[in-house]
Amino acid sequence: MEQLYGIFLYLVSLAIMGGIYAILALGLNLQWGFTGLFNVGIAGFFAIGAYTSALLTTAPSVRHLGGLDMPYVAGFCAAMTVTGVIAWAVGKVCLRLRSDYLAIATIGIGEIFRLILKNETWATNGPRGVSMVPRPFEHLPEPYNQLLFLALVIGAVAVLYALLETARKSPWGRVMTAIRENEPAARAAGKDVERFRMEAFVIGCMFMGLAGAFTAQYLKFIDPNATELTTTTFLVWVMLIVGGSANNKGAILGAFLIWAVWSASEIVTGRLPDELAIRTAYVRIFLIGLALQIFLQKHPHGILPEKRPKPPPANS
Amino acid sequence: MMEFVNFHLVPGVVLGCIYALGAIGITLTFGILRFANFSHGEIMTLGVYFAWTMVHLSGLHPLLVAPLAMALTALVALGVDRAFYKPLRAAPTIMVVIASFGVMLMVRSAIQFSWGVQLKGMVQGIQRPLIWFDALRVSPKHLVIVAAAVVLVIVVHYLLSRTRTGKAMRAMSDSPELARLTGIDTEKVVRTTWIVGAGLAAAAGILLAYDTHVETTMGFKLLLPMFAAAILGGLGKPYGAILGGLVIGVAEEVSSYPWIGDAPLLNPGYKAGVAFAIMVGMLLWRPSGLFRGRVF
Repeated sequence: MEQLYGIFLYLVSLAIMGGIYAILALGLNLQWGFTGLFNVGIAGFFAIGAYTSALLTTAPSVRHLGGLDMPYVAGFCAAMTVTGVIAWAVGKVCLRLRSDYLAIATIGIGEIFRLILKNETWATNGPRGVSMVPRPFEHLPEPYNQLLFLALVIGAVAVLYALLETARKSPWGRVMTAIRENEPAARAAGKDVERFRMEAFVIGCMFMGLAGAFTAQYLKFIDPNATELTTTTFLVWVMLIVGGSANNKGAILGAFLIWAVWSASEIVTGRLPDELAIRTAYVRIFLIGLALQIFLQKHPHGILPEKRPKPPPANS
Repeated sequence: MMEFVNFHLVPGVVLGCIYALGAIGITLTFGILRFANFSHGEIMTLGVYFAWTMVHLSGLHPLLVAPLAMALTALVALGVDRAFYKPLRAAPTIMVVIASFGVMLMVRSAIQFSWGVQLKGMVQGIQRPLIWFDALRVSPKHLVIVAAAVVLVIVVHYLLSRTRTGKAMRAMSDSPELARLTGIDTEKVVRTTWIVGAGLAAAAGILLAYDTHVETTMGFKLLLPMFAAAILGGLGKPYGAILGGLVIGVAEEVSSYPWIGDAPLLNPGYKAGVAFAIMVGMLLWRPSGLFRGRVF
């Protein structure tokens, strides 16, 4: 019974992190899947959201800025707002670059964010990070606090999914696909391509910021290396490609699937003797990379390929 | 004044030589295969670990084993191309960029698995700097690095300007359609590109490890400055990449000189940001770079 309960709690934590990754994958799907924006700075925007919410919701501390003891809802809203504003500034500079350049620029931006978090010790406590971040419902008894947090994450995924599905079927979503497929044609049809790309980029980054806020509150701690940044970015990309880019269900499926494989393999490697356990951890990244390559070559559309919405009836 | 030369300008030139060697591979891959190769830094790291193993086993000087390490690295790069990039040649190039992103993580995890993540030293002991004219202090290591880089650049120059394959590479970089029409064996050009790019990357990595130390993320840390150098010089322009590398290296080191007052102008923690700022500025002001490279 005890053991079953342990497994149950493990599954709940698996679902919580899976849900957080689903939010990241949905954000990337809006950028890459629908609009064709190649963002490799996912972890950077994730970190901005995480820090914003952590600094606002923690109790006052002399080690870092903030410590305003604000409610977690305010933390989520602020995380999305701050990430959105920074994404707008980044987009102003980078969005006129085409795909490959955008990839190089965003990987640089992610790196710069990490440098700032590490160097500006007065604001972020530097490499030691921000600890004692409050988690919603943490004062409730054992399984319920976890379950309620899970409900909160799943609720967020559901709301974002519904929003994206509505957007996808609307004229807005069709413009996005048009920009991805044929930018000059979209431009020729009188669409303000820059504005639409900026909207997709900013909203997608806000999703990533929200996922960061959830992570900071779930782990109760955040530092510049809390998550290996390139690994996070990479995992989200693999999730989207395997699940099926430009398909919101695919993004969510890919997130839970890859996260389950990722965590399950950690249990296997964790049982090995110490020295071996550390090394085999890298085998997992290798295999996930191999999975990405196989999907790129054999199933470029992923498990759930894109389904284009029916065009609206022509007005006669 | 001498402090500026000894601690900022000279290290900047040394770093610039290393960036230049690495950026040649980036710019050739961009020009000939038309994609931003994210795995270039990890290929560099792999070359460093090959060399480290050889130095460790044989006790020879790193520069003596470097040619063999470069050859091995080039072989791996050819294998990676065959397995992961060639099947995607017909697909949109952005797919190859995603594949190279995957290769980056795969190569890095293979290195971490095989060699572990602890810092290692390529050479032991500390060398005393040479002192010229009472004030100019130059480390013998730095002289060796600059000399090695100059030799390699001359070899690359000979290859690109005197050999048939080199000319074919430049032709394909300038205009792929015309090159194909004139009957250039494109697959052979692609293979040469990987050999040259990976070999130079390994050389750059070994020189850096000779100056500093060996670690698993050293190549990734160089990726951004190398991209910046390639873009600054103009994509597809190997000579531009060399100039770009030197400019970026010097700019990074000079940025922490106390130009105003006593504090460094820029916190040395942000050195990596200098390359990035130059790159973004160049992309906005003149995306074709100093040498009128291609804009994709």
